[in-house]
Amino acid sequence: MAGTAVLRRLSWQVGTVAESRPETATAVTLALDLPEWTTHLAGQHVDVRLTAPDGYSTQRSYSIASAPSPGRVEITVQRVEDGEVSPYLVDVARPGDELELRGPIGGYFVWRAADPEPVLLVAGGSGIVPLMAMARTRAAAGSRTPMRLIYSVRGPEDAIYADELRRRVRDDHGLDVSYAYTRRAPDGWNGVAGRVDAARLGAGGWPADLAPRIFVCGPTGFVETVADLLVDAGHDPGRIRTERFGPTGG
Amino acid sequence: MPVISRGFTGRGRRDVALPPGQYLTEDFPVLSAGPTPRVDTGTWQFSIVTEAGQRHDWSWDRLMALPAESVTVDLHCVTKWSKLHTPWRGVALDTLIEDVESAADYAFIRSYGGYTTNLPLADLLDGQAWIAYEYDGEPLHPEHGGPARLLVPHLYLWKSAKWVRGIELSHEDNPGFWETAGYHNYGDPWQEQRYYGD
Repeated sequence: MAGTAVLRRLSWQVGTVAESRPETATAVTLALDLPEWTTHLAGQHVDVRLTAPDGYSTQRSYSIASAPSPGRVEITVQRVEDGEVSPYLVDVARPGDELELRGPIGGYFVWRAADPEPVLLVAGGSGIVPLMAMARTRAAAGSRTPMRLIYSVRGPEDAIYADELRRRVRDDHGLDVSYAYTRRAPDGWNGVAGRVDAARLGAGGWPADLAPRIFVCGPTGFVETVADLLVDAGHDPGRIRTERFGPTGG
Repeated sequence: MPVISRGFTGRGRRDVALPPGQYLTEDFPVLSAGPTPRVDTGTWQFSIVTEAGQRHDWSWDRLMALPAESVTVDLHCVTKWSKLHTPWRGVALDTLIEDVESAADYAFIRSYGGYTTNLPLADLLDGQAWIAYEYDGEPLHPEHGGPARLLVPHLYLWKSAKWVRGIELSHEDNPGFWETAGYHNYGDPWQEQRYYGD
């Protein structure tokens, strides 16, 4: 099914925080300068390694948010309240700080601008990050491939990249974005709050007979539900690619 | 020399011996590349096919009739979490392979839903691997690979193929799903063999 990844050894690189940019009250984007970084595919992730002064070190995986750009990678990190790494990256890391990183990793949950099929992206919460890399890569490549994003958030204040998505819908031809607000819809919003269901997937997605490529990313329960609904709607399970993260994403 | 991250102290446990780069979790995260296949035990079938093409099949009832073992093992996922002392019940591969004649060195695992993985046959033998169908005293939930998954706890968890349906024995080592997507061919967590070249 995969088999297209370029196999080469992944060495640890030292990245320098170039910018820490708030996205929501609990998420920041870290732009990292990585002199040895060449390129990546939209949807891939990196491993980040932090080391404490006593030699203790720990690693976590983060999806790449940015389109390919030599020497530069952006990750968006959602603070997990009792996490070990994410509170550090969100609250402590600042420009000039160094951390170790290796990647890009993952050859399956990836989208290439040359893929001709229409694309459906379904994001739950911070699951938007690798899908945003796909929307950005599409724009950077000048692709006109029809791409639809359904983005589930608790409320409008939880939506990462909201301003950029609004701008892209205006400027990027063939990109559509629809929201599912699970707890609180914004004032004046033309719809009701609620989870992603069959009706929302039907309205904001593609019919199964168009055989779209589908990428679903979010918490496990969200991904399970959405993937099951898509299969029930007639989509080929082999065309539905998923990335799940648990509550201990750290 | 590792780079010290300014202001990072780390709250992770220093008193638990985990493979390098792993952290401890108490819950049971789910990692799968696609939708969860729904497999009915009424039609479930498991097969071992030898390098000579000899096929051995087990229905669900036949599997249930085999002697089962209860094991408590530690799990290490390549996505960094480790979960200790997990209780499983299943049939040892030693039991399934007892009457299979083979001189093969490698096993290629196939799952319902299309997933594949590979490992040396030796890693499936000598009490190192099971076809597991209960977790924590309950039938194995589909999200975690039910009705039955391979359990090879001494390797990273992607080798413990969920929804397992068959093993092909071969003289050749054919890389599986993640192994062709940049992950390590063997996947020993204690050697931190996460990715190609590690």
